[in-house]
Amino acid sequence: MSDKAHAQSGVRYGMAIDLDKCTGCMACSVACQAENNISFRPDESNKLRSITWMEVYLLDNKKDYPDYQFTYLPRPCMHCDAPHHSPCTFVCPVNATTRDEHNGIVTHIYPRCIGCRYCIVACPYHARDFNWWDPKWPKSMEAMLSPEVSPRMRGVVEKCTFCHHRMLKARSKAYNEGSDPDQITYVPACAEACPTGAIKFGNLHDPQSEVAKLAKDPRAFRILAKLHTEPKVFYLSKYQWVHKLSDNGLGEAAH
Amino acid sequence: MKENKSGGSGSTLGIIAFFAGLIVSLVVGWVVFPNLLYSQKTQPMNFSHVAHQDTSCEDCHVFRDDGTYGGVPKLAKCKECHESQMGQTKDEQLLVEEYVQKDREIPWKIYAYQPDNVYFSHAAHKGKVECVQCHRDVVKEEKTPVYFENKLTGYSKQTMKMDECEKCHADKGGSNNCEICHK
Repeated sequence: MSDKAHAQSGVRYGMAIDLDKCTGCMACSVACQAENNISFRPDESNKLRSITWMEVYLLDNKKDYPDYQFTYLPRPCMHCDAPHHSPCTFVCPVNATTRDEHNGIVTHIYPRCIGCRYCIVACPYHARDFNWWDPKWPKSMEAMLSPEVSPRMRGVVEKCTFCHHRMLKARSKAYNEGSDPDQITYVPACAEACPTGAIKFGNLHDPQSEVAKLAKDPRAFRILAKLHTEPKVFYLSKYQWVHKLSDNGLGEAAH
Repeated sequence: MKENKSGGSGSTLGIIAFFAGLIVSLVVGWVVFPNLLYSQKTQPMNFSHVAHQDTSCEDCHVFRDDGTYGGVPKLAKCKECHESQMGQTKDEQLLVEEYVQKDREIPWKIYAYQPDNVYFSHAAHKGKVECVQCHRDVVKEEKTPVYFENKLTGYSKQTMKMDECEKCHADKGGSNNCEICHK
């Protein structure tokens, strides 16, 4: 990697998820599964044991009625923006996962991945999954697979890509129209599917973008912010217990 | 002396053996193996680019509005002119009888077909790279060339290799990040 690769440009794709708007319907998760050709197993009752790029967690404040409160938390890949490396790209021995310093997207190249799973261990957000089995779909579903995303083989790691194939298509369109491909905006499948508009996506470096404004909202927080992984996925919640939970006790330990 | 003599003839023999071995390995590597590795396939019919010089390239090879590239035209494009036979050639007869009348798409073999995990945008390269830098020059082409299919991978021999993409991107200041070309 040259020094040039670390120079940041004007584009930084990020996401803002409003937990106060999230109803936990999991449309984002389903849309992601369909968009990215994620295969499934006969028993999908335990999502922690299957491949899900957009995981939806149920959090509660551990109090009894009438103080009981809960919230849902959709979790894509955070596309960590820590200087030089994300936790996963730092440990990859074969450079299969790298961060594009031009737009901040952390990518994973499946044929290069050797399946060592260091990145899964390194990721503080459990955003990565390992393909223990060959991807399989019922015969009748094969025609529904998206040609925009290549399916992953057994033995490699995969994760959310911020639907970068949609970015490539949008860039292609911009090239064809003669406009600046770096000025494009696109919408990932999860944000498109969200019925309440809880998921917003855009360029964090563009002060006019909705996602940049939401990132500066007083309700905004990032998960495990104290680890300084600099996630590019921001969450919004009006509840302090949610903010506190996002630290996972790191805040208390520091005091 | 005795030792020297036998050493001398031994080394001559050694040199001959070395060159014989070298020639055998070169023949195996340059001729035998490639012939074994690639099966030669012909297109479903001959397409003469010369015979279509009355149209411009962009008449058939078009960009769609969403920025994607049409590539090899579909049967509907051929139908615009070849609804019924225009000339005398056997290939055109084949086109009309087997494909146009039966409304079957022509199963062209694509010389530049890329693997499943590659994303290539023609729009991004338009005006920056000449077509013939990556594709064969078809201006004077009367006969479609043989299609070489790699028996192990199933890919075309003529397709662009990744190191060529990388080299040009590095030279011209394009991004060499994985996700720019891979999906």
